[in-house]
Amino acid sequence: MSERVAVIGTGQTKHAAKRDDVSIAGLVREAALRALEDAGLGWADIDAVVIGKAPDMFEGVMMPELYLAPALGAVGKPIMRVHTAGSVGGSTALVAAHLVTSGIHDRVLTVAFEKQSDSDAMWALSVPQPFSAPLLAGAGGYFAPHIRAYMRRSGAPGHIGMQVAVKDRLQALKNPYAHLHLPDISIEMVEQSVMLWDPLHYLEACPSSDGAAAMVLGSEQAAAAAQVDTGRRPAWVHGMAMRSEPTMFAGRDQINPRAGRECAADVYRQAGVTDPRRDFDCAEVYVPFSWYEPMWLENLGFCDEGDGWKLTDAGSTSMDGGDIPWNCSGGVLSSNPIGASGMLRFLEAAMQVRGEAGEHQVDGTRRALAQAYGGGSQFFAMWVVGTDKP
Amino acid sequence: MPTPPSARGGRRPVAVVSFAQAQNQRREAHRNEVETLMPVFADVLGKVGITKDDVDFICSGSTDYLVGGPFSFVSALDAIGVWPPRRESHVEMDAAWALYEAWVVLQEDGVDAALVYGFGKSSLGDLSRIVALQLDPYVMAPLWPDPVALAALQARALLDAGKASEEDFAAVAARCRRSALDNPMAQVAYDRTVDELMTEDYVVAPLRRHALPPITDGAAAIVLAAGDKAFEWAERPAWITGIDHRIETHSPGGRDLTLSPSTAMAGRLAGVQDGRVDVAELHAPFAHQELILAQALDLGEGVSVNPSGGALAANALMAGGLIRIGEAASRIMDGRADRAVAHATSGPLLQQNLVAVLEGGR
Repeated sequence: MSERVAVIGTGQTKHAAKRDDVSIAGLVREAALRALEDAGLGWADIDAVVIGKAPDMFEGVMMPELYLAPALGAVGKPIMRVHTAGSVGGSTALVAAHLVTSGIHDRVLTVAFEKQSDSDAMWALSVPQPFSAPLLAGAGGYFAPHIRAYMRRSGAPGHIGMQVAVKDRLQALKNPYAHLHLPDISIEMVEQSVMLWDPLHYLEACPSSDGAAAMVLGSEQAAAAAQVDTGRRPAWVHGMAMRSEPTMFAGRDQINPRAGRECAADVYRQAGVTDPRRDFDCAEVYVPFSWYEPMWLENLGFCDEGDGWKLTDAGSTSMDGGDIPWNCSGGVLSSNPIGASGMLRFLEAAMQVRGEAGEHQVDGTRRALAQAYGGGSQFFAMWVVGTDKP
Repeated sequence: MPTPPSARGGRRPVAVVSFAQAQNQRREAHRNEVETLMPVFADVLGKVGITKDDVDFICSGSTDYLVGGPFSFVSALDAIGVWPPRRESHVEMDAAWALYEAWVVLQEDGVDAALVYGFGKSSLGDLSRIVALQLDPYVMAPLWPDPVALAALQARALLDAGKASEEDFAAVAARCRRSALDNPMAQVAYDRTVDELMTEDYVVAPLRRHALPPITDGAAAIVLAAGDKAFEWAERPAWITGIDHRIETHSPGGRDLTLSPSTAMAGRLAGVQDGRVDVAELHAPFAHQELILAQALDLGEGVSVNPSGGALAANALMAGGLIRIGEAASRIMDGRADRAVAHATSGPLLQQNLVAVLEGGR
């Protein structure tokens, strides 16, 4: 028997290429304070803190949670630090959620961040390792061949990626926290931007951002109390799951990874979702490179294998008339504080369910999916949140 | 069917049923992390006659900074082989906290067994430079204070407060290294008197060579099982009847370094004082830190402290805390102890501490 858990507060920073107005501690505190304020709580109300970020070399601080403990009000409390590559923001939220569903704590603060401007993620991803194949040109160089394989397999036309790049940036204009605000974005502009990793143009890649995300997760009692105090409804967690698979071995499908399919099947079973395209009102999915939208549409079961690009092409994933809007916040393509990018998906899905997403709100959202992935498309974290108490 | 002893916190009884570690050594020159872990997994699973497919959750602890590259935990997964896809997670902490995460997950239905592991290959770099990067990046890290110098400040504070003498430090070191003679996995073991140890030169006053931990390459793994599964797999499971962890402020200048209030609090919440303690495995990398921890946990006379030799006998970063839990659990499982305390630490000068109580029950 597990306890219920709900999101009772959310907070994020204004994401930017360089947040040189704050230290790392200032950055995480900005998000955490907003989450506490949203939940109507103070530091003393929090039982435990769970923090996540991507590789420590992205800032050059080893295990920074040690230094951040006082900034996050964690002194005298339990604090844990999660690191599961790019999926970490999602995994961190899930580790925090289990502290509530296990009945151990009532109110857990979970935070994820990256301050990419403090170091150089491209360098940190490319440090040569003995006896290991180098990643070379960062994540884009790693994923571009997977994208080409997807195009070949599905027969998708070349403009699909650019379409995602434009759609997500237009949606980002409705999100005041998004890093990129490109009001003039167009297919032509994307096409004319420099080719970084064929077939990915510069504008089909995520930016490099400084930013943080935070949520307060609460038990049933904590959620009820917060709703009375703040008048804001909680987002109930209907299902959560993580899956991992190896980076490489002969026969592994890196385009449509089994870990992603099984992770989705697990959360859908928990949440009673049988037809994701019909059952979700919107989704926040980790799309750091444009083509991952059609790829994940298939992996997450929103359509049959090979048909993902058709949904994108038809505008089905757009807030502007689509039936299943994806990444209304602008997604990872518009803000990418790496460690926080996964948590932002989880947080934005909760905001939609709570009806708190402002201009990028999908009206009447009752159930939303959030997904984060990491490593070589091998680590997956997902949750389903809804308005109804499960 | 026997019943597990009653536990504090948690709704389901969870026990350590198997523990294994690699040979601790100054420099593992021939095996990388994956190759170091593979025999450890074979050992820890083999002891209870299971395979990786019998565990429902996998959780590890490690740090990228020892390897000097991102995602060190990713390749380590190849040592276990997460195929078909597995429910798996990782903390950038000592693997004792990975065990905590697994213990939390095991409180819920659907997960009955977990594999926890940690590894650290310190010989790959200059550990004193690397660990300095754990410090506040704006104020302290740019000064590159090395861990021995910081520990010496703590030891000096103990001396100045009249809470211990240099002979007390030597006595801890002499006892731990003597106990380590019985631990085939130990890296540093000897039989020397306090008088002999006191003739050593200072490394950083007031710490002599004997008060310092060795630099170690190592790895360890534990299998946790809940409820009936624990009885199925182990004759005498080491039940976790209490577990808690707490952190203090980061800045050494902001703390009384002669005390460990986070250990005291975690120990209280884990229920250390709820019964007689037979054995305590304390994660004290420096000799004087064992004195601080024993005091924080209020361990009285008659407690066998660090019978494995503790971190003074082998100090595998990121696995050392998990090894303390494994060593304590081993003594429950083989019947040498009925109730044991295990402690793990993280961060500079005992900043963060975890305490677990393990019991054999009837």
